[in-house]
Amino acid sequence: MKLLMASTGGLFVFYVLAHMYGNLKVFAGQDAFDTYAHHLRTIGEPILPYAGFLWLFRVALILALVGHAYSAFYLWSKASGARSTRYAVSAASRMAWKSQTMRWGGVALLLFLVWHLIQFTIVKVNVNPDVKDATIGDSPYALVVASFQVWWVVVIYLLALAALGLHLQHGVWSGAQTLGWTNSPRARRTAKTTAYAIALVTTIGFALPPLFILFGVVD
Amino acid sequence: MKITLRIWRQAGKDAPGRLVSYQRDDVSPDMSFLEMLDVLNEDLIAKGEEPVEFDSDCREGICGMCGLVINGEPHGPQVTTTCQLHMRSFEGCDSITIEPLRADAFPVLRDLVVDRSPLDRIIQAGGYVSVNTGSAPEAHSQLVPKVHADRAFDAAVCIGCGACAAACPNASAMLFLGAKVTHLGELPQGQPERDARVVNMLNQHDEEGFGGCTNVGACATACPKEIPLDVISQLNKDLRHSLVKGL
Repeated sequence: MKLLMASTGGLFVFYVLAHMYGNLKVFAGQDAFDTYAHHLRTIGEPILPYAGFLWLFRVALILALVGHAYSAFYLWSKASGARSTRYAVSAASRMAWKSQTMRWGGVALLLFLVWHLIQFTIVKVNVNPDVKDATIGDSPYALVVASFQVWWVVVIYLLALAALGLHLQHGVWSGAQTLGWTNSPRARRTAKTTAYAIALVTTIGFALPPLFILFGVVD
Repeated sequence: MKITLRIWRQAGKDAPGRLVSYQRDDVSPDMSFLEMLDVLNEDLIAKGEEPVEFDSDCREGICGMCGLVINGEPHGPQVTTTCQLHMRSFEGCDSITIEPLRADAFPVLRDLVVDRSPLDRIIQAGGYVSVNTGSAPEAHSQLVPKVHADRAFDAAVCIGCGACAAACPNASAMLFLGAKVTHLGELPQGQPERDARVVNMLNQHDEEGFGGCTNVGACATACPKEIPLDVISQLNKDLRHSLVKGL
């Protein structure tokens, strides 16, 4: 169960890193970003149909998400069943708060993911009253820029990124531990440092485009 | 020292329990924690009340029998067993809450005494090395590299007190399990049963109603013997190897 959690989590780590790299192409301008978005749909052609690679990847991600969430809720329910009488005094403050936020943080990320997909993939919601719907129709770049010119969209994303960073920091280290890769103090330090690095790089990398768009550096 | 003790009192396994306050005005900072409870019990007996039941045996910090949750921490604020804790650690503290080790796998028998036989059953499921009886073999006939011997010893200091499960937010005894698996797995004598051991012990652990590990680390913080968290990583690694071999 925990191996399922760790391996699916590992897939997500690679996915968010790739996703972040793609987002940074916003800085290369409209053409580069739109070409990249289009290229994602034509990888593997003509062996795969249009968007075939993308759909394979999406199916893998959806399966991984189901496995990840299933094992999380399984462990959660097992934990709550393992101590029905609670302590009157709890020393929980000594517990790392990052590990405490894994469960509710994970649920928050799931909710964010639903919103994120609706906004940018499924419906392509235009939240910016200053931009005409037609202009964002076929340019992902225009959609991204129009969205992040709205302050509350940026706030939602920054909150989600904070949750993602915390989740990754504990998750990467925890995954390494579950896979049995942290058998010496040195390996443990390396795993912790890697976890911090991945969490920081991801959070900052994802936060840059929305902030630069909001403050008008990219438009 | 003047201290208000709030102690969990429970008449029996299925009886309801509650915290009862006892005012103590004559606590010496040099008393050990269990001596302080002994004095309380003498007073209670003199008054004709039921003394507070708690477990203790060697009072040297090596047997693993004592184990109280003091102010929310198994074995209290110091990294040692309850019996090696002194009242000077509580100077400036007005009130001390004493509870039993809490996990559904550890049912309270009375007051602060819990049934820790689940840990014994986990050991019976695989925490041993099978040897033929007879005269002991020559110690030097099997050489053990020092790093392995050291790591085995670091894990072997586990006294099976159950503080890890009591501290874990998931009530998981994985640090105990990891300590046993690492201890035996590092030594040549433990190899023949290594793959079966981890699977059998883990199954027994889950059957006893302990929760699953989510790598929080509260166990290693609470452990009076400072067992490091990497024994759980070793446990996971051994489990992965046995799963690959199809056990």
